[in-house]
Amino acid sequence: MHPLRKQRLQFVILIVVAATVVVGLVVYMLGQNANYFYTPSQIAAGEAPQGVHIRAGGMVVEGSVQRSPDSLDVQFAVTDGASLLVIQHSGILPDLFDEGEAAIAAGMIDENLVLQATEVLAKHDEKYTPPEVADAMNEAYQRKQEYKQTQKSGAQ
Amino acid sequence: MNWLTNWSPSWQWFHRLGSPRWFYQTTGRWLPWLSLLALALLSTGLVWGLGFAPQDAKQGNSFRIIYLHVPASFLALAGYYIMAIAGAIGLIWKMKLSYMVMKSAAPIGAALTFLALFTGAIWGKPTWGTYWVWDARVTSMLILLFLYLGVLALQYAFHSNEAGNRASAILALVGTVNIPIIYKSVDWWYTLHQPATIKLTSAPSMHSDMFQPLLVMILGFYCFYTVALFLFTRAEILRRERKSTWVKELVIGAQH
Repeated sequence: MHPLRKQRLQFVILIVVAATVVVGLVVYMLGQNANYFYTPSQIAAGEAPQGVHIRAGGMVVEGSVQRSPDSLDVQFAVTDGASLLVIQHSGILPDLFDEGEAAIAAGMIDENLVLQATEVLAKHDEKYTPPEVADAMNEAYQRKQEYKQTQKSGAQ
Repeated sequence: MNWLTNWSPSWQWFHRLGSPRWFYQTTGRWLPWLSLLALALLSTGLVWGLGFAPQDAKQGNSFRIIYLHVPASFLALAGYYIMAIAGAIGLIWKMKLSYMVMKSAAPIGAALTFLALFTGAIWGKPTWGTYWVWDARVTSMLILLFLYLGVLALQYAFHSNEAGNRASAILALVGTVNIPIIYKSVDWWYTLHQPATIKLTSAPSMHSDMFQPLLVMILGFYCFYTVALFLFTRAEILRRERKSTWVKELVIGAQH
């Protein structure tokens, strides 16, 4: 390789390496500040600031959704497996909002450690399944549960 | 870097490859076949994906935007590397053709990035409940759009082609850092955007009836990208080489 071209190649490598180091350090320092939301565990541990607008997310706990019969008020709990966070909201929830699915709520944490949400978003997972397959999987799961139940009662 | 120095005798092919005239003639022969292939793949993928693939259990039919969103995002990211590598070759070998490829990749990449952001917003409203969020994935993708536009803007910011080429190439190289960040953003941070469905290391978390048309669309987008890059580069060759005899002869021949 021509010495001049070799020099230019080194210049190109230098640009890429320098940019990577600089941006890498920025990303490293950003760290968890670049998160879009806090988990219930982080909020329970006091990592989320009080009295400011934050976002919290987790899996909506099965059976936790309580809707008011005469208004748009709704209350539900989200979990990350370790901690629970109660969220209250007044408004229309997204179509994909459901128990057992992930949701992200934005608002302020009050003195009772309840998130008073001004906005609720549904977080979709990376899985895509046709309805028949999803139904079949649910059915298989139900049958397995029933089978376990009969096994248990049979053993007693 | 001795291995590079000792490799010198075989560099000739590389310089022949850098001839705009050779590129113009060769791609001219490939273009009809590539366009046909792109058209066949894209129409098959679209009809299959939009018309025949099963709908999603939770999202219903709105998931079908994936057949545009994911291929556009793939090529927006892959196309950035093409632009940056073309810029690096231009910087090192002072190859005119390489700079022309770099310049041509910028508007195509910007259009694909815009398509990815736009389809994502349309999908986001019924799925997430909002058109736009400032999470790590969406924001880093927006930065990609600005990088593409920046490379394009620098091309026109200088009086001489040479200065514009060098500035564009340096910006393109610096911006390569953003590509792994976009790719890994959903794993490094909590984002509203879901993690990758298609991974190199494991099976896709998508039913095969839905995945097969997506694969056809991705291949179709690769072919379409190549066609678009060839067309843009050929136009750029004619513009920048307009004073050379072969372009003059080509234009005169076309008029008769």
